[in-house]
Amino acid sequence: MAGFDFTNYNRNAALHAKGVPLPKATSTGTTIVGCIFDNGVVIAADTRATSGPIVADKNCEKLHYISPKIWCAGAGTAADTEFTTALISSNVELHALSTGRPPRVITCMTMLKQWLFRHQGHIGAYLVVAGTDVSGPGLYTVHAHGSTDKLPYVTMGSGSLAAMSVFESMWKAQLNREEAVALCAEAIKAGIFNDLGSGSNVDVCVIENDKPTQLLRNYLRPNERGQKERNYRFPKGTTAYLNQKIISKEDMRKYVTVEEASGDPNLMEVDM
Amino acid sequence: MVGHGMTGMLGEDGIHVDMNHLKKGEVNLGTSIMAINFKDGVILGADSRTTTGAYIANRVTDKLTQVHDTIWCCRSGSAADTQAVADIVSYHLNMYSITNNEAPSTQVAAALFQELCYENKDMLSAGIIIAGYDPRHGGQVYSIPLGGSLHKQPYSIGGSGSTYIYGYCDANWKENMTEEEGIQFVRSALQEAIKWDGSSGGVIRLVVLTSKGAQRHLYLPDTGYTGPGVTN
Repeated sequence: MAGFDFTNYNRNAALHAKGVPLPKATSTGTTIVGCIFDNGVVIAADTRATSGPIVADKNCEKLHYISPKIWCAGAGTAADTEFTTALISSNVELHALSTGRPPRVITCMTMLKQWLFRHQGHIGAYLVVAGTDVSGPGLYTVHAHGSTDKLPYVTMGSGSLAAMSVFESMWKAQLNREEAVALCAEAIKAGIFNDLGSGSNVDVCVIENDKPTQLLRNYLRPNERGQKERNYRFPKGTTAYLNQKIISKEDMRKYVTVEEASGDPNLMEVDM
Repeated sequence: MVGHGMTGMLGEDGIHVDMNHLKKGEVNLGTSIMAINFKDGVILGADSRTTTGAYIANRVTDKLTQVHDTIWCCRSGSAADTQAVADIVSYHLNMYSITNNEAPSTQVAAALFQELCYENKDMLSAGIIIAGYDPRHGGQVYSIPLGGSLHKQPYSIGGSGSTYIYGYCDANWKENMTEEEGIQFVRSALQEAIKWDGSSGGVIRLVVLTSKGAQRHLYLPDTGYTGPGVTN
């Protein structure tokens, strides 16, 4: 049977009321943005995935493929954005095959909103849909409950306030490609530095009318680990010892089974 | 089997109906909307603010939605719910005009809206005003508040901002206004609603529906809502 199963809802609510904690979902405390320019549209995202206060992935991908000229940036529950975009991507492809025409951004947006509305917000996918089609560039936001907005520049996720402040102070009509990419990257950087839920690198995707789509993975890496000024490792022999006893491998064999690692031992090296 | 929401739970002291059931994080149209009859047709008006909690998710929202050539609606309540309802009505009116080879009347559109809003009342938070022009009946205004009832009115106001302008509208309303007078009435009423209601704001959008079709107007806050006026 398709869809959600709510048979355990009352049991779970009762357990939760008694103090049993809810399972933690990996959420993309995220900054995602999008911006239309003269010949296309650009979307961008940070690359931090969090699970509560823990950074679950320092370099995850939040830019999802729908079709060659339609891409999606996802915020909210990581699993939901991943599966929802994959599902719609599949349906968009079938739709394109059946109509014999390249898919439109508004078609993709409508499929997403109807799918998310049907699930009444239980699928926690907050998306920025962007692409180009016969009607030119298109840019939409889709909220988990199924509402949509059409705007020339958009931001979503926990870092949306920081990112929007960049757009509201620096956006202008008639941007070119380079200006739009720079503006989106700047907005994501505002999210990375000012929002705790966002961090690490900037991913950018540029979709233009008559050019192949460019996915600029790690377009900016503003959080590179630098060379440490000093080395704090203690040299061998720092700690004094009173005696030493060496147990050979042969001695060990008396008590446990010792197996040699197969193959070239140099390939099995474990870094410290 | 998919169960229902938490509405209408039976507690120790009776049935609890959660009327304020906008889900957490849901996009809300804390709104000021209105539609009026005038001499040659109808005028719809709305502010442009969409909020998620305290954050303005969209400051230039278009809450005036076309469901047929000269039948439009003003949406208030949940953005997701009202968009879904308007999309379904739009689809049905499109089918109606093809099968009957004739444009639907405003009443047909309003009845479709009522059907959806009444039958799904426990799942929806949608307050919709429908206004349209058809050659047989001229301009008509209908309102569908939360429970799903349908009211034909000379003019209708709705959304959180409307509470502030009941007195203003009652004092200034006239039957058979000219287009100029009608626009002035709607614009100044919405200006007042925006002034007092924190959940309303941004630009004022108008749509004038007459025998000549639909005409959009836009009024910006930076010029005190005086212009630019007609936009198409």
